[in-house]
Amino acid sequence: MLELLIVSTLNGVLYGMLLFLMASGLTLIFSMMGVLNFAHASFYMLGAFFGYQISRYTGFWIGLVAAPLVVGGLGALVERYGLRNVHRHGHVPELLFTFGLAYVIEEVVQMIWGKLPVDYRVPPLLDFPAFTIFDTNYPAYKLFMLAVSVAIFVGLLLVLARTRIGLIIQAALTHPNMVGMLGHDVAKVFMLVFGVGTGLAAVAGVIAGPSLVTQSNMAGLLGPILFVVVVVGGLGSLTGAFVASLLIGLVQTFAVSLDVSVSSVAQALGITAQPAGGVLGDLWTVTIAQIGPVIPYLLLVVVLIARPTGLLGNREA
Amino acid sequence: MTDLVERAPAGDWAGGQTEKAVRPRTGGRLGHVVPWVIAAAILLAAPQIFTSGGSLTMMSLMGIMIVFALSYNMLLGQTGLLSFGHAVYYGLGAFFTVHAMNAVTAGRLPVPLAAMPLVGAVTGLAFGIVLGAVSTRRAGTVFAMISLGLAELVASGSHILHSFFGGEEGITTNRTKMLRLFDLSFGPQIQVYYLIAVWCLICAVLMYAITRTPLGRLCNAVRENPERVEFIGYEPQTVRLTAFCLSAMFAGVAGSLAAINFEIVNVSYLSLHQSGVVLLAAFIGGIGHFVGPVIGAVVVTLLQVSLSDLTEIWQLYFGLMFIAIVMFAPGGIAGLAMMHGPLIRAGTAHRLIPSYLLALVPALVMLAGLIALIEMAFRALVKAGDGTAMTLFRIPLDVAGPLPWIIALLVAGGGFLAFRATWPRVAEAWDAAATAAKEA
Repeated sequence: MLELLIVSTLNGVLYGMLLFLMASGLTLIFSMMGVLNFAHASFYMLGAFFGYQISRYTGFWIGLVAAPLVVGGLGALVERYGLRNVHRHGHVPELLFTFGLAYVIEEVVQMIWGKLPVDYRVPPLLDFPAFTIFDTNYPAYKLFMLAVSVAIFVGLLLVLARTRIGLIIQAALTHPNMVGMLGHDVAKVFMLVFGVGTGLAAVAGVIAGPSLVTQSNMAGLLGPILFVVVVVGGLGSLTGAFVASLLIGLVQTFAVSLDVSVSSVAQALGITAQPAGGVLGDLWTVTIAQIGPVIPYLLLVVVLIARPTGLLGNREA
Repeated sequence: MTDLVERAPAGDWAGGQTEKAVRPRTGGRLGHVVPWVIAAAILLAAPQIFTSGGSLTMMSLMGIMIVFALSYNMLLGQTGLLSFGHAVYYGLGAFFTVHAMNAVTAGRLPVPLAAMPLVGAVTGLAFGIVLGAVSTRRAGTVFAMISLGLAELVASGSHILHSFFGGEEGITTNRTKMLRLFDLSFGPQIQVYYLIAVWCLICAVLMYAITRTPLGRLCNAVRENPERVEFIGYEPQTVRLTAFCLSAMFAGVAGSLAAINFEIVNVSYLSLHQSGVVLLAAFIGGIGHFVGPVIGAVVVTLLQVSLSDLTEIWQLYFGLMFIAIVMFAPGGIAGLAMMHGPLIRAGTAHRLIPSYLLALVPALVMLAGLIALIEMAFRALVKAGDGTAMTLFRIPLDVAGPLPWIIALLVAGGGFLAFRATWPRVAEAWDAAATAAKEA
């Protein structure tokens, strides 16, 4: 039991930090432009595939640096030549533009790399168990993922709070016109934030790719979860996104490891009666692990009904 | 973002409806009836013109999609609610219909097949009331996100409740073993087509009628400015909820028709993908006009069926087309067509034709170049195993050499430059025609 608790906590925090790598960019982009970037998870997927492709020629480490740069550049181009043009039509077309973009990116990835998972491996340097708790070998690569995520988290905080460009970004979030009056190129700041945000998503993709499965459906699987994170945390709130990332990461990881259903609890309590079948029978035997994927959405709906600003948000979505 | 509806400059993507609301159409009562008579005539005559089995199937699909897309536009176009989960009501309508049909087959329910879409309507309405009550409290992004969350919830839930939803393989039924009315077996596709056509027309008339009622007007008002609606004494949430329930009801009808048509329903009916398709269809057609989703449903179904025969990567073209429409024509196809309305009425539209033809030629050249590039990339990257030789536009070529790539790049680039050079001419012709229309 203790083993399960420790390993699941580690994995949950790791998954949560990965989510935060993406959610932070998404939140910053939302705060600035007022648009939820539907294609954000697609840039995460592009990061993983570019990382895989580059690593085949040069090894993992160059891919780790190069892929996010390429994806970030792509993101900046998308903002400059796509989103900025759509902006004048209003928010719905903006959202739909990113929706269409996500669709196209998935098709392109399928076209180039196919629908099957690609063989993206953990670099040999990190391919060993870091430590053993009870009977579980904890891979060093996962610790590396955790270290990278935490380093970027701290770096992002420092950049936003301590540097000049960070202050300009923060100012541009709330008072874009005033920042423009002071002589800063707000449009360029937007492009930079979009590029950096998508680049961060790509970092998450590169480091998650070898550990999880690098496949053309990874954006579709993760995208909705990412929305849950930023909306539950509170749109526009970085702290909220951080809390929600960890919350969802832990909830999902623990749910997967709990193989408990109503029927197993009933059996443990010595109740032998059970429904004959049908919908009730399905509900009777379903395990928590099976309903794990549903929990984030349940959380989303409950939070939005009870508190439309999200957990830590101060502005309404 | 405080509110999608509030901040979006409404004139652009949903403007047509407002314009119509301000200026009542001339032509009196007859003006309302004539388009519907024409629509009925088209629905009636279509199987006589396109007689092949394939086109009959396609027209049945179009009818289903028209109902679905129109119901979606009650939300997006008319009430300004962007939903990512409309397939929930479509899918649930389909599932309840299939179970009702199986109950009829088992002799437990005396309902003829032709009335089955009512089951879908009741299902859609019931779930619309329940889920709408939680999701329509807010408009804008909150609504969009709740709809996404609910859609994922229902889609994931459908995998768990295996006995009702039947999992991946779905639930099957047999439409010919139903109670018979007028000795119609509904075995042949032509009978199913006419069943779909009749329901399609009924739903379209009803949905159009709703846009002309005070409720329809209030929906538009809620879309434009919910605060003012509150000031004149209406609750925006009630208006949104009413629109939502009605829209879910018609989506349920569409789901029923799909269940009758395919005789099998599986969990993909409820999926986000299905919600995405109806969103694409409504938007491509144009959400600012009532006919927009009809056009969109026809175009999207046509593309889905015919493009998938022509190329394996039709979904990519589909997505690119959607992005192009969002970027350059947010009013959709209907919006583009309606722009010409005043010019046609003033009789100056023909002055645009020369400049349009002039622009069309390089545009087609550019498209041909782009398609060549995409198809060649597809061959070189994915189909490399089948060799590098291919035929494109009936021209044999080999993607291994640089020559086809250079030519395709030149065609695409040259086409783009020439196309751009024609824009001032088009703008000039447009201005001239518009000025002439004003003077006339």
